[in-house]
Amino acid sequence: MISLTSPVETRAHGWPAGAKLGALCLATLLLFRVEEPIWQAAFCAGMLLLYALPGRAFMRVGLGRLRMLWPFVALILLWHILTRDAVAGLVIVLRMITAVGLANLVTMTTKLSDMMAVVRWLATPLRRFGVRTRSLELAVALVVRFTPVLTAKGQMLSLAWRARSRKRAGWRIVMPFTVLAIDDAEHVAEALRARGGL
Amino acid sequence: MERNLTMIALFAALIAALGLIPKFTLGFGVPITAQSLGVMLCGTVLGAWRGGLAALLFVALVALGLPLLAGGRGGLGVFASPTVGFLVGFPIGAFVTGFIMDQWRSAPVGLAAGVSAVLGGILVVYAFGIFGMMMTLNKTLLEATLLVQAFIPGDLIKAVLAGFITSGLAKARPASVLSRS
Repeated sequence: MISLTSPVETRAHGWPAGAKLGALCLATLLLFRVEEPIWQAAFCAGMLLLYALPGRAFMRVGLGRLRMLWPFVALILLWHILTRDAVAGLVIVLRMITAVGLANLVTMTTKLSDMMAVVRWLATPLRRFGVRTRSLELAVALVVRFTPVLTAKGQMLSLAWRARSRKRAGWRIVMPFTVLAIDDAEHVAEALRARGGL
Repeated sequence: MERNLTMIALFAALIAALGLIPKFTLGFGVPITAQSLGVMLCGTVLGAWRGGLAALLFVALVALGLPLLAGGRGGLGVFASPTVGFLVGFPIGAFVTGFIMDQWRSAPVGLAAGVSAVLGGILVVYAFGIFGMMMTLNKTLLEATLLVQAFIPGDLIKAVLAGFITSGLAKARPASVLSRS
């Protein structure tokens, strides 16, 4: 399964995931406390510098992920120019880009297994209340495995539809698609039980 | 127990897979994906707890860094972006959808599913979504509502579809529509 982790190995890949997540929380809190545009611009520049440090390939991939923010940037700036409050708009936009950029950095430099270790650690107190955290890990593994499986089955359904009709399949295949997911769930449950259950 | 777990996991995977189905565009140019239809189906098919947990599992995996959102987005960045509220609202919306579905057993499956999808999958999810926009973009309730209202017609269509699909599932796999069995 494709993940959002950067293929370019950076020094931050080795840092403990918990520390990175903690730092991200603190940084985001700070961002939402500061209202001066000059500071927000400085934070944003610092964030861009962090993207630039590991090299050009990393920066291109990383900043490409921020592209989804453009509609919001355009909308907010336009709105605030129309209401003659451009500075406030600028602060909002800079803060948004910095916050998303920093969070994206953590995702890019942390492997799924490291993230999962943090979740496991966070879930430890739940064990005292009788929650079996192992089933949580099994559920995660099932989703990771079955998302591509279901996607492939969905593509087969839509191909089968197109073999019979000139129109696009659209929502009509969602019903059989859900039936396939339900059947898979029943089969996997049976297989788990046959192997001794949870 | 095994069945609950696999149903939750497979429906989380279903939400992800529905995000990959090509978008269809509404008459006035607003793209809609089937992803929120998946969230509604979690509630209408699995009921409150299992449906809510399936959507929660999906959101948790997005946070862990899997590109499961429509358009291959994901990671922690999504949780700092203006659309964060919708993501947070997914599990609660699925729970409310399932809760209404569980309670309103006297109604036909399709009707109950459609109505609970509107209340849980639209009303609750948008309440969180709009609150998220108010926080991240520093906007008032009215301004934030204006920003998202273009997507409401698409979601209403999805709620109707959720009704039809759930009623179809109740015929095709009656034992598996857990909210009614």
